Amino acid sequence: MSVETWTYTFVTITFMIYLYIGWRARVKESSGFYVAGQGVPAIANGAATAADWMSAASFISMAGLISFMGYDGSIYLMGWTGGYVLLALLLAPYLRKFGQYTVPDFVGTRYYSNTARIIAVICAIFVSITYVAGQMRGVGIVFSRFLEVDIAQGVIIGMVIVGFFAVLGGMKGITWTQVAQYFVLIVAFLIPSVALSLKLTGNPIPQIGLVTSDIMPKLNQIQVDLGFAEYTQPFRDKSMLDILFITIALMVGTAGLPHVIVRFYTVRNVRAARYSAFWALLFIAILYTTAPALATFARYNLVESLHGKTMDEIHAMDWTVKWEETKLLQFDDKNGNGVLELTPDAETSEIIIDRDIIVLSTPEVAQLSPWVIALVAAGGLAAALSTAAGLLLVISSSIAHDIYFRLINPHADEKHRVMVGRIMVIVAVVVAGYFGVNPPGFVAQVVAFAFGLAAASFFPVILLGIFDKKANREGAIAGMIVGLSFTLFYIAGTKAHLIFGAEEAWFGNWCFGISAEGIGTVGMLLNFVVALVVSRLTPPPPQEVMDILDELRMPDHVGPAVILDESTE
Amino acid sequence: MEKEEKLDYWRQNVRLIRWLLVVWFAVSLGAGILFVKPLNNFSIGNLPFGFWMAQQGSIFVFVVMIYVYAKMMDKIDRDHHADK
Repeated sequence: MSVETWTYTFVTITFMIYLYIGWRARVKESSGFYVAGQGVPAIANGAATAADWMSAASFISMAGLISFMGYDGSIYLMGWTGGYVLLALLLAPYLRKFGQYTVPDFVGTRYYSNTARIIAVICAIFVSITYVAGQMRGVGIVFSRFLEVDIAQGVIIGMVIVGFFAVLGGMKGITWTQVAQYFVLIVAFLIPSVALSLKLTGNPIPQIGLVTSDIMPKLNQIQVDLGFAEYTQPFRDKSMLDILFITIALMVGTAGLPHVIVRFYTVRNVRAARYSAFWALLFIAILYTTAPALATFARYNLVESLHGKTMDEIHAMDWTVKWEETKLLQFDDKNGNGVLELTPDAETSEIIIDRDIIVLSTPEVAQLSPWVIALVAAGGLAAALSTAAGLLLVISSSIAHDIYFRLINPHADEKHRVMVGRIMVIVAVVVAGYFGVNPPGFVAQVVAFAFGLAAASFFPVILLGIFDKKANREGAIAGMIVGLSFTLFYIAGTKAHLIFGAEEAWFGNWCFGISAEGIGTVGMLLNFVVALVVSRLTPPPPQEVMDILDELRMPDHVGPAVILDESTE
Repeated sequence: MEKEEKLDYWRQNVRLIRWLLVVWFAVSLGAGILFVKPLNNFSIGNLPFGFWMAQQGSIFVFVVMIYVYAKMMDKIDRDHHADK
């Protein structure tokens, strides 16, 4: 069978599985729709969280990005896993004990304020929409690369699939399809990585092969010979302070992303929330520790097979011709000496390698059968669809639950609330799909900053809401506004040429040379300071809130559960 | 659970979190970034140690830490008869 037939087969089979699970998990009640009836076992929630978290970018682009950045790529590895430690220790157990449906629910109740709730809703929607547009685009790109379907058609197919199980099953449908999607994506990532590791190092476990083989010393030597910095050399393009701040922003942002937090509302109890965070990070770590090994192997292998060869030698390898057609790999003998050379300078380098090729071309480079290539396509789609689904539910619940039910019509009955939720999912799918087909220039830029915004807005108010009894309404609102507006202002100013199409940036990295990617950390610190100070200058929270806080800090079966109103139980 | 015992439960929880956060900081931001250069003078297999901590070691420690937290909290729950 050809690669294309295999890809159609795999994509069709996996989509049928997702649709079947979505149909089996359809729900009628609002608790099923928003928090999967709070009955998801810890290990299943861990797998669902991992799939929810690992997007098309983690699956397709991250290893490639690290491959080009070397040590500096560590910001993504530590940043996107270290956040789970903060989540597990500082947020997840308490938010589960609180037991409502959304993050704005917690903010609104803990700070006894609809203003705080609305600010939280706006942050949640803003962060989620920018993020989901990127996922829909990812679906379209996978379709177009592997199946030669038009990007727009690919996005529409993705919209229909996600829409189907999210509308029918809400959080419950999403959870169980995400569990299936995790297994598809992890198998698809591991098979080619293991094969490449075996080929280059003789050890099937990439993490071990990386340490025991001599690939890294050889790669470092090649890098130096070609005029690049050593692969393992720290702070090649970014200062230590910048690396530190970007890593913290990614960690804290991860812990503050609403679609990740809300997954911990779906387990049975506090204890399950703690173990579920462990399973989630274990499942994530399998991909996140394989990716840097793959990045090293692939870089070594690409340079070894391409550099210093003649055009004929390169075209003798089948995979180079195929990827050249997609423009992800380009060859041009600029100095006409008959040999293609890779150099650090893009102007003179005769080999141009797109970072996405690292993961996408691994099966071919490692000479695996066509079905593995098809599996990678199915894995990329699983990663994009599972993340998109989780985000769509956050957007839907922000409007249907936090705004419609909490603020507009608190007496709405169950049937009504679920119906509004379903309608909002459809609206969110259409909006996300529109941005996927017609990506506004700034979306791609803004996605990278979603973490900084989440770090500067949600994380401090949730953390103080649990650990600081004095934190009050005034402090939280002032903190969120200051943290968020400072971060937005700095990102907009330093990236004005990319976001607004201005001729040049309004200002440089004046804040200690910290780049826009890392400024969320400063925004978070400002948020903390403002919230702490303002809380101490204004009246303390009322007694009911203090009582809720005392309950929040206790384990499951001590005292009554925190029940705020009858209608949510 | 009496008021005093509740307070004690919370204090033990916070103490555990504090220690784990120290480890979290030390293995990632410490070993992986702030002290990566001196640590690169040591090696693990064929890799500089600081680099390995940044791209592999810190992630392994994170996973173990969350497991340790869940286990230790089970014990604190049991000690306070809160596991029933």
